[in-house]
Amino acid sequence: MEIISEEEKMSPAELRDFLAEKALLIRRDIIKMITVAGSGHPGGSLSAADIITALYFKVLRHNPQAPKWPLRDRFVLSKGHAAPVLYAALAEAGYFERRELWSLRSLGSRFQGHPDMLKLPGIEISTGSLGQGLAIANGMALAAKIDNLDSTVYTLIGDGESQEGEIWEAALFAAHHRLDNLVAITDFNNLQIDGRVSDIKNVCPIDSKWSAFGWHVICVDGHNLLDIVSALESARAVSGKPVMLEATTIKGKGVSFMEDMVGWHGKAPTKEEMKSALKELGVDEWE
Amino acid sequence: MIWDCDKATRNGYRDALLELGREQGNVVVLDCDLSKSTGSHLFGQEYPGRFFNCGIAEQSMMGTAAGLAASGKVCYTGSFAVFATGRAYEQIRNTIAYCNLNVNICPTHAGITVGPDGGSHQSIADISLMRALPNMKVVVPADYIEAKAAVKAAYSIDGPVYIRLGRPLVPKIYSEDYEFQLGKARILREGGDVVIIAVGVMVAEALKAAEILARDSINAQVINPITIKPLDDEVILVAAAKTGLVITAEEHSIIGGLGSAVSELLSERLPTKVVRIGVRDKFGTSGSPAELMKYYGLTAADIVMKIKDLL
Ligand SMILES: Cc1ncc(C[n+]2csc(CCOP(=O)(O)OP(=O)(O)O)c2C)c(N)n1
Ligand SMILES: [Mg+2]
Repeated sequence: MEIISEEEKMSPAELRDFLAEKALLIRRDIIKMITVAGSGHPGGSLSAADIITALYFKVLRHNPQAPKWPLRDRFVLSKGHAAPVLYAALAEAGYFERRELWSLRSLGSRFQGHPDMLKLPGIEISTGSLGQGLAIANGMALAAKIDNLDSTVYTLIGDGESQEGEIWEAALFAAHHRLDNLVAITDFNNLQIDGRVSDIKNVCPIDSKWSAFGWHVICVDGHNLLDIVSALESARAVSGKPVMLEATTIKGKGVSFMEDMVGWHGKAPTKEEMKSALKELGVDEWE
Repeated sequence: MIWDCDKATRNGYRDALLELGREQGNVVVLDCDLSKSTGSHLFGQEYPGRFFNCGIAEQSMMGTAAGLAASGKVCYTGSFAVFATGRAYEQIRNTIAYCNLNVNICPTHAGITVGPDGGSHQSIADISLMRALPNMKVVVPADYIEAKAAVKAAYSIDGPVYIRLGRPLVPKIYSEDYEFQLGKARILREGGDVVIIAVGVMVAEALKAAEILARDSINAQVINPITIKPLDDEVILVAAAKTGLVITAEEHSIIGGLGSAVSELLSERLPTKVVRIGVRDKFGTSGSPAELMKYYGLTAADIVMKIKDLL
């Protein structure tokens, strides 16, 4: 059941345009979902939109028609509050009907405030409590090794989230067990809820911390789609070590009035704000 | 009775801290990147030398609080209830409670009224976890006034206190002259047919239920024990003896919380029928707080229905 995608045959310029279009659709859906829900986390969803796009529309081996395909790669959204970006990507990839997205956070919806694996296909594990995703990804990478599968496990961590001790316990484990089928990505936007990560509790220098923990570190511009793709591809080629992709990002990326603003971590746009956000994202209205 | 919702219990924490900062030089406040939600950022602005944002690191926050308390400070720690009691449970158990340190654990966003964030963020077992720890006191305020009074009183209570605070605006139950006393229940309404023992947001629901029942000549007594541990045994025993039917109501799992505490007391000292209203061994889910109160059967109408079925 190997999936040979159209993207394989694209030129770099074509791939860039293809991915840019996907990222734009995802950003629009994030804004719409959160506005309709009346609550949610736009900042951290938008900052991860390009990383998630590169994963789901180029790098990840997956099959929306068979979400439990045993040979699939795995993705763990450790920063579970960015659920909208994942939901939008899964809808665009064809896991479910896009119109279902507008039920986000409402009673009875499969689209919980934070991803719920028991409710929604395509969600590998329920998250929302920060700090736990890397250890979970370790377990999945370990299982793939035990079963001799060549699946790669990816996980996305927040920079604020990296203040959790469990992240560093898991960092030791992955290096110790040479989990070279594990790729962690840090969404480095230098914002958390109460302010700048560097002001609240500094985690820098982050790259030398991870290399000191025995990881192969790659730094990348988290909004350059082709760079993210090639970084993820070179990550897969690393052997003997887990890989950390340090992705420099802008929280709220793509909507000027949300960009690098701490106040847009967990606040829904008003109808008016949605309109101007959508305009910046290339559409006049809800289409 | 008027049921205007003006303030949340979490606002009581915020305002009590400001007063404590002024009155007590040894109060130190810690938070875990949620200071704007818990309100402790205002304490931080007033008393920057006695406020520390630990980042997203609940376990080491509790350890740091323990160290501060072991060095003569009185610590207040903020976060969401699910993370404070869950992630940092063992730090609370083996350092704060085991050493009987003056750390007052006052997380907000307890229970299902967190709303749309969903099950991962809705603590339904925190009372249960904290109640089982020796030395720990467990307080569940019903309104802003009670919350503020409890947070202030915790300063002079020996050892750790767990104060469970909520996110939503709730009706005012008490008047400004309210005085908090650990282990002292309040009888909020007299009645001889049934007693409703309620804490937190369920106190208002219990009072509403009692009003509705009165129209059908069913007289319900309403008691707010305020502290689940220590529990006001005497008031509950007298009420159970008088009415012969006890309803407990809490925004928490029916396993291990108020319902369990009351059942434990009565089964040993005065076997009486106890019916527990609460979350029935389920996780939370996304929805508005009002929808979820209905979904989990926690409204005044649910209490009324249950009592009519039983009588
Ligand atoms: C264990 C835990 N503590 C606290 C929270 C509350 N919380 C949700 S998001 C967030 C800030 C996350 O910041 P960061 O990891 O940098 O994410 P991003 O900037 O990408 O949104 C916090 C503290 C949580 N979800 N889990
Ligand atoms: Mg961040």
